[in-house]
Amino acid sequence: MARDVATSTSPPRWRLLVARQELVILALLLLVSAGLSLLTGNFFAATNLLNLARNVSWFAVAAFGVGMVILIGGIDLSSGAVMALAGLASALLLQLGLPIWLAVPVGLLSGALVGLCNGVLVGMFNTPPFIVTLGMMGVVRGMTFSLSAGRPVRDLPPAFRALGQDDVWVGPLLVPLPLLTMVGVALLVSLLLRSTVLGRYIYTLGRDERALQVAGVRTERIKVVVYTFSGLLAACGGIIMTSWLGVAAPTAAADYELDIIAAAVIGGTSLFGGEGSVFGVVLGALLMQVVRTGMVLLGFPTYLQVGAIGMMIMLVVLIDNFRRRRLSR
Amino acid sequence: MNTPPILEMRGITKEFPGVKALDNVSFRVAQGEIHCLVGENGAGKSTLMKVLSGVYPHGTYSGDILLNGQVQSYRGIRDSEHAGIAIIYQELALIPELTVYENIFLGNEIRNGPIVNWNETIKRAGEMLAKVRLKVNPAAKIKDLGVGKQQLVEIAKALSRNIKLLILDEPTAALNEDDSANLLDLLRGLRDQGVTCIMISHKLKEVLAIADTVTVLRDGQTICTLDAHKGEVSEGALIKHMVGREIDNIYPQREHKQPGDVVLEVRGWNAYDPALGREILHNVSMNVRRGEIVGVAGLMGSGRTELALSIFGNPLGYQVKGELRVKGEQRSFRDPEAAIKAGVAYVTEDRKGNGLILIQDVKENITLANLQAIAKNSMIDGNAEIKVANEYRTSLNIKTPTVEQRVSNLSGGNQQKVCLGKWLFVKPDLLILDEPTRGIDVGAKYEIYTLMNRLVEQGMSIIMISSELPEVLGMSDRVYIVSSGRITGELPIAEATPEKVMHLATN
Ligand SMILES: Nc1ncnc2c1ncn2[C@@H]1O[C@H](COP(=O)(O)OP(=O)(O)OP(=O)(O)O)[C@@H](O)[C@H]1O
Ligand SMILES: [Mg+2]
Repeated sequence: MARDVATSTSPPRWRLLVARQELVILALLLLVSAGLSLLTGNFFAATNLLNLARNVSWFAVAAFGVGMVILIGGIDLSSGAVMALAGLASALLLQLGLPIWLAVPVGLLSGALVGLCNGVLVGMFNTPPFIVTLGMMGVVRGMTFSLSAGRPVRDLPPAFRALGQDDVWVGPLLVPLPLLTMVGVALLVSLLLRSTVLGRYIYTLGRDERALQVAGVRTERIKVVVYTFSGLLAACGGIIMTSWLGVAAPTAAADYELDIIAAAVIGGTSLFGGEGSVFGVVLGALLMQVVRTGMVLLGFPTYLQVGAIGMMIMLVVLIDNFRRRRLSR
Repeated sequence: MNTPPILEMRGITKEFPGVKALDNVSFRVAQGEIHCLVGENGAGKSTLMKVLSGVYPHGTYSGDILLNGQVQSYRGIRDSEHAGIAIIYQELALIPELTVYENIFLGNEIRNGPIVNWNETIKRAGEMLAKVRLKVNPAAKIKDLGVGKQQLVEIAKALSRNIKLLILDEPTAALNEDDSANLLDLLRGLRDQGVTCIMISHKLKEVLAIADTVTVLRDGQTICTLDAHKGEVSEGALIKHMVGREIDNIYPQREHKQPGDVVLEVRGWNAYDPALGREILHNVSMNVRRGEIVGVAGLMGSGRTELALSIFGNPLGYQVKGELRVKGEQRSFRDPEAAIKAGVAYVTEDRKGNGLILIQDVKENITLANLQAIAKNSMIDGNAEIKVANEYRTSLNIKTPTVEQRVSNLSGGNQQKVCLGKWLFVKPDLLILDEPTRGIDVGAKYEIYTLMNRLVEQGMSIIMISSELPEVLGMSDRVYIVSSGRITGELPIAEATPEKVMHLATN
């Protein structure tokens, strides 16, 4: 029997701090922002921050869903295509004259259905998620082209554009509506993951599927639910994006599936499953967006952004590895 | 023995956050002896050996290690291997998908430049297997061997490195009697060839049979070192030093009452394993009554675990035929969830593979199979969860600083208790225990037996699968004997003698 010696050997404070990847990312985020404001002078300008917030919002909402899939040890490559599909579906219905309260839910539903298909294929038929969602990405992207006949849909009604473009007063602050939506969704997903039975199962599934099965949990059902959520949240992000851009294009959100995965990983979500948080995903998305914006402000060409993001992923994974090794001592 | 010590560990102290696992431990091993290390679960045995073998590198503990009088400071396992120390862990570390010879020389390949010389490897592997008296094809895959043979392959692997000091952490925990006897024989043979052995074991009979010297650890401290050749080692003495008090009756008494209604009945039960491509259970019939402990005896691999799994919702996907009745109602469970709902719980024998989630903490493991009980409207009540976990921590005497400790940080025996707690929390009518006391110390065994008695008195029924015959005979009301997937006998406890049971188990 080992005695409690918590007082004498409690971990030093720095350990508690670096114990969470989120805090490391937060520090990095502040560092980069400070650097940018020194270099550009106008990084912290209100309009820039508001734009940043808008851009992060819809991206983060979509990333929550993919983050959940990664938590259960899966992967979802169809999110970018689903974002385009959901935006496009809503836009087309609006053009046909349907009211917004119908068009938006149908858009969301289209994403959820795609997610459901992914979930059934992965969960019920035991197909590798990489393959399933890669295939689905192609199918859905194809659908966006045939639905729109390859042309973008413009002239969206103002009520719809408000979803992504309006600001609302929260007390004395003027806050972009999409940011509020994101915070709301983040709180809900966070509650789901941290406090509900389903959330516990999601983390556990990513850590040890077999043990969960023996404990009498039907893991295939959880997979179906999580992939459906992923589709739903990608759709939600896609609709906000469409509304913010004011145009629904079949090519929208191209390659976003990878950016989204990168944001989740940067935010501390483990690709092996079982580890990650909503807060982390938000930070990951923010950091990516800050680096992007910063590079634009500094006048770097776009193609360098891609390289910078790539390097950032590697850097963060290195930090994470180092951190783990120190902690396991 | 007055030979100079090959190994001396002085004043070893090792702390983990919140736990002082070793507290100024001294440990001396003489050249060419078999030295057993015993102590309760969590006493620090495995930790001491991990310090010795460099798993915890120099600088992460305090104290000195002297090998042949020289101070050692290992940075990792590689260093200790170079110094001639080999350790075989509590959990085997072979790679199931690789062949025997690949495993033996893994990390120590026989090479010509960058190219592995497979012919030589296979030849040398054959020699090593002969040394451990194991007759298997070196090209066989590890996963196709039984645990007993795997254990021998581990030793062959150690021997291939020309070692001086062999450490075995509970090597016989998963072995049947024959394999254990075989292993002990082998260790004696190695001793005669000059290899010094340190063996950790909870099986005191083995310790008595094989040890030259025994060191007892308790609470991370060295209690004493006993010399078998001076007659200092006896079961009573060991228990007293380990537990700190005397236990005179290992199996607590219980009145064998008139059992109640039939809780579980299987008839004409057959199971076919598509993975193995053969039938694993043939025409099994058995029943369990309320308030009864039914023992299932049999050799390892006789189909006992398969029987339990096939009843418990069949998670491995056997093709099952036959009749299953629970509390009189005919059932066929699609999955474990259905079995649990019907009041059946199963504590697996393999806690790592399909019992515990090692990177999750104690409380999350305990509540996993019955989360609904601590949830309101699907929301987990964190306080209730901690309360429940603490109840089991107390009643099972799980040694952990808090219920928020990761299970991978607990000692082997305490992990087993967490597993047990998880299934008790399901509050089943029928509890199937598969090797419930494997790797558990004498004191804790007694606690678990007492708990089992309490549970059946409260009306639960228990099926106890065990390879330890004394345990089956000491605890059961009735015993079924399984051999090659068949029930070969049923004996009321009054008639179950070890000879009869062994006879039925081997026919
Ligand atoms: N990595 C770790 N982190 C924190 N605590 C640990 C770690 N490893 C071991 N411990 C603690 O150190 C103590 C000694 O553990 P150890 O594994 O050495 O016990 P043991 O004597 O081998 O027990 P058993 O017979 O159950 O295998 C236990 O209380 C255990 O919880
Ligand atoms: Mg141990």
